[in-house]
Amino acid sequence: MDSNVIIKLNKVNFYYGQSRALTDISMKFVKNKVTALIGPSGCGKSTLLRLLNRMNELIDATRVEGEILFEEKNIYAPDVDPVEIRRKIGMVFQKPNPFPKTIYNNISYGPKLTGIGVRDMDALVERSLKQAVLWDEVKDILNKSAMNLSGGQQQRLCIARALAMKPDILLMDEPTSALDPISTAKIEELIEELKKNYTIIIVTHNMQQAARISDETAFFYLGNLVEYNKTEKIFTNPDVKQTEDYITGRFG
Amino acid sequence: MKSLKWRYFKQSLFFGAVRLSALIIALALGGILFYIMVNGIGAISWDFITKPPTDSMTKGGIMPAILGTIYLTIGAIAIGLPLGIASAIYLTEYAKQGRVIRLIKVGINCLAGVPSVVFGLFGLGFFVIFLKFGSSILSGSLTLGFLILPTIIGASEEALKSVPQTFREASLSLGVSKWQTIYRIVLPNALPGILTGSILGIGRAAGETAPIMFTAAAYFTAKLPGSIFDEVMALPYHIYVLATAGTNIEATRPIQFGTVLVLVAVVLSIDLVAIIIRSYMRKNKRW
Repeated sequence: MDSNVIIKLNKVNFYYGQSRALTDISMKFVKNKVTALIGPSGCGKSTLLRLLNRMNELIDATRVEGEILFEEKNIYAPDVDPVEIRRKIGMVFQKPNPFPKTIYNNISYGPKLTGIGVRDMDALVERSLKQAVLWDEVKDILNKSAMNLSGGQQQRLCIARALAMKPDILLMDEPTSALDPISTAKIEELIEELKKNYTIIIVTHNMQQAARISDETAFFYLGNLVEYNKTEKIFTNPDVKQTEDYITGRFG
Repeated sequence: MKSLKWRYFKQSLFFGAVRLSALIIALALGGILFYIMVNGIGAISWDFITKPPTDSMTKGGIMPAILGTIYLTIGAIAIGLPLGIASAIYLTEYAKQGRVIRLIKVGINCLAGVPSVVFGLFGLGFFVIFLKFGSSILSGSLTLGFLILPTIIGASEEALKSVPQTFREASLSLGVSKWQTIYRIVLPNALPGILTGSILGIGRAAGETAPIMFTAAAYFTAKLPGSIFDEVMALPYHIYVLATAGTNIEATRPIQFGTVLVLVAVVLSIDLVAIIIRSYMRKNKRW
């Protein structure tokens, strides 16, 4: 396998009960790049994202076919523990969802419980918050409840919380859709910064956002991967007409 | 188009009706409490709550009954609460939702409606006779614990369900295991709700007569229980005995009212403890 490829999907089908949400998806995600998944609502992009850290199996009556290779191992193999996968592949959700705990405990929660053996928790908390560019705003209120932060701060806290696990990949499911423009800009800057050390896969409804922050873009429609290419190419000269129609706002 | 005036009139009509209903309930409750207070307060004295009955229960205090009711209620909580919470966790967090689980839930709801005397007979047959626990604090606590189980399971289920799914997802997405997620995130956030529902069960456990009359309650014993295998007097049963089968029903009227007043006070103070614990836990919970 190409050494730059961190995740590889082979003919992946996904079903909610009887209905098929993803059809024959084969694609590769490149290390230390930002890949954007775009497409109209219900096209399967969020479903695909949640397949990558096995979050979909929390829903009853779902089924996966095909294989998803992470570091050359199928994460859906019977001997793979999803808990182990999620430790390495972090996730940031659409709505900020900090725990009703202190800021400090939100960050230390994961490392403490998963027993990854942190020698200096204070340092890890500080480092994670700095990575998420939140440290300066919260360093004096670490023992206050995270629920008092603004939406944008909460989302950066959630990013810091995920980073504290030192994941290889960060999955982001429309991370700015619940935020105001200023907070959105901050998160986008952050993503730019984070891709030096992490592979980021982001679902977004915002075309400009995909164009601004991503290196690669995948366009999904009705559970199919329609086009997958360099972001520049997709947004300037797409190969498929459907892609062009969507990007230019003719449907979706 | 209905005129604004007409719509306001309708609104005040309905608000009025709702207020009236609330008022009627409050008045009825207040009336009962007032009646008990007026009739019972005369019997209350330091001796009444610290001394055992004397003269064939026509004089003296009710201390053994107070203590017995406290023991039985604590026993019922100790059995009902952990078992109920554990069942609710299984039903909401682990079990695959389907026909079997639905059937079990219907069963639990049915149990909540079973008359308490049936629980009493079950306790008599199973704990007292079959398991040979005899008429004792243990048998009574088990019977009462089972009696309040449906209430606690129901309340716990609702409380667990009200914890946002996003909390579970956030925790699991960090590579935290399911049990850790439940123990560290779901349960702490559900506990205030669980306690709210359980308060109802606790009140019921303290006040029930039928489940304990065959399993735990003594007609009269001046001696205090030395172990969980001893019989005890209990307030509800004492009231029942004095009011229907006592040696002198008319003469003990004030004692009956006094005992009722004490029972209400005991139930309220157990509830108060639960409410204080709950508000303490709620302090920094907000989402």
